[in-house]
Amino acid sequence: MTTRLEPAVQPVRAARPAPAGHANAVLVAALLLSMLTIGIAAWAAWLTIEVAEAGPWRIVLGAATIGVVVLAVLTLVPVARGFRERGRCLRAFAADDVVVGRAARYRATHAGWLAMGYCLPVLVIAVFTLFLLANDHAVQSTFFDTAFMAQSLGDILVAFWQNVQIAVLAEAFVLVWGLVIALARLLPGDAGRPIRWLATVYVDTFRAIPSIIVIYLVGFGLPLAQVPFFSDLSPLWAAVLALTLTYGAYVAEVYRSGIDGVHWSQVAASRSLGLSYGKTMRFVVVPQAVRRVTPPLLNDFIGLQKDTALVTVIGTVDAFTQAKIYSSNYFNLSSVTVVAILFIIITIPQTRFVDRLLERDARKQRAKG
Amino acid sequence: MAFLELNDIEKSYGENRVLKGITLHVEQHQVVCLIGASGCGKSTLLRCVNGLETISSGDIRLGGDVVSGEGVDLNALRRRIGIVFQSFNLFPHMSVLENVTLAPIRVLGIDRTDAEANALALLSRVGLDEKAGAYPDQLSGGQQQRVAIVRALAMNPEVLLLDEITSALDPELVAEVLNIVRDLAADGLTILMATHEMSFAREVADSVAFLHEGVVLEQGTPEQIFSDPSEPRTQAFLHKIIEAGRL
Repeated sequence: MTTRLEPAVQPVRAARPAPAGHANAVLVAALLLSMLTIGIAAWAAWLTIEVAEAGPWRIVLGAATIGVVVLAVLTLVPVARGFRERGRCLRAFAADDVVVGRAARYRATHAGWLAMGYCLPVLVIAVFTLFLLANDHAVQSTFFDTAFMAQSLGDILVAFWQNVQIAVLAEAFVLVWGLVIALARLLPGDAGRPIRWLATVYVDTFRAIPSIIVIYLVGFGLPLAQVPFFSDLSPLWAAVLALTLTYGAYVAEVYRSGIDGVHWSQVAASRSLGLSYGKTMRFVVVPQAVRRVTPPLLNDFIGLQKDTALVTVIGTVDAFTQAKIYSSNYFNLSSVTVVAILFIIITIPQTRFVDRLLERDARKQRAKG
Repeated sequence: MAFLELNDIEKSYGENRVLKGITLHVEQHQVVCLIGASGCGKSTLLRCVNGLETISSGDIRLGGDVVSGEGVDLNALRRRIGIVFQSFNLFPHMSVLENVTLAPIRVLGIDRTDAEANALALLSRVGLDEKAGAYPDQLSGGQQQRVAIVRALAMNPEVLLLDEITSALDPELVAEVLNIVRDLAADGLTILMATHEMSFAREVADSVAFLHEGVVLEQGTPEQIFSDPSEPRTQAFLHKIIEAGRL
């Protein structure tokens, strides 16, 4: 039995493609979203000015929310441009100018998407403002009581110095200790195998234990066991030791991935010049690895800095402990917000600094000399 | 007794026998070229000579001493044998001058000032003294390879191994590298080079060895090998090279 081949059905070309296509839908959606954004922003602004107590927050939040309303209104600009392009598109298609019509249609659609893209962050800010004002602005006064924030700032800053000290000391140790562990994990040969195992066990263990538990065990356990030297550690040094143990394991893995990432031909070239394994590591491999791992290293350091707040469990009076004292005395969490803001303030410049450093390094190696 | 002797070298990666008994002798001040298709074992052989690969059997002698097998001080051996790779392998985080002076300072313990003066002299010999402060990524392939040659020469090696050093270069940059090798040969440096540059081999080599599937199928003067090869497989190989217009 033979099967008869059906002639392929060719789709019939539309005599005239729909000129505006889905630009219509995009523009209408953009217009609606824009209106919604303006509505919510205006509502939030009105509530802020109505509800907020007189004082600095009224001015700050009032100005900010009016700024948000302005931004919301500005999203109408691309919407309007989109409708203008849509009109141009329709006229061009009517005049049979497909190329111009197509370009105008593209610009109309793009303007619609652009407007919707900008609506979203404005909407989020407006909704967040409403959240702050919820429950008769209880949220705002719980988290952002300016007077209370100002009152607690002095003591918290003093206590924050503890966090800074712990972080800087631990980071200095971690840089060295992590590299030692990484090199131990990469030791070559049979003789190195037990050392590789040891290092692996260390990394696996300390990456598994939550740092709060390491801090607790080191801070309370060592003095309790009356280990010579270690039992005399002050809480600050106990915290430094605990964080070095924990983050040394993380950073060792970061270093190791960096060292693995240096191409073996670099090692071949270095060994061929007569450099020993150790010198090859020191002059050729590790310097290249460190450049590679600087961003993930900073990532771990930011984690370490934040974990300095955990020393509160061993009774060190750091910024968080101090803030908790304030908050429990006054039933207000704004002092803790101060700590959060302090952590943000010290973290962001570091990120930019490392970006800068890497950029400078790359420029040095790449720029035409 | 030849200066560099490879006696019955065998090398396997697991089941895969790459070198199947290679014997090759290089006299002092000689240039010996290894030719043959890709994968015939040229690079592996060179890497065995300076101990980057360990050989499975046979022995390697340099100036009469056995330099293969257990217990050989590879770092000491590599001071005597320089190697230049196909892909340059310069250290990207170091300037040209640092690349060249690293080993003299750190291995030979030469004073930095002397090492730098020597490096600059060598760099000016290859026309790159002005690039001493540049980084490898700022140089063309030909310039990088010239630096790599200088880096090997800075250790004052007794033998120089060249592993297809022009294969990664754009055609117009090949000559600047080969000219340096030609000068070195004229100065009497002992050179063992794997190459696809047949006309260069013909001009400069004292001896040419044709490698095929891990053995030296034929060895002789360039005249013999290129004009009157006795082995049919050498003939076939050279025929393909001529077809490609490379000889």
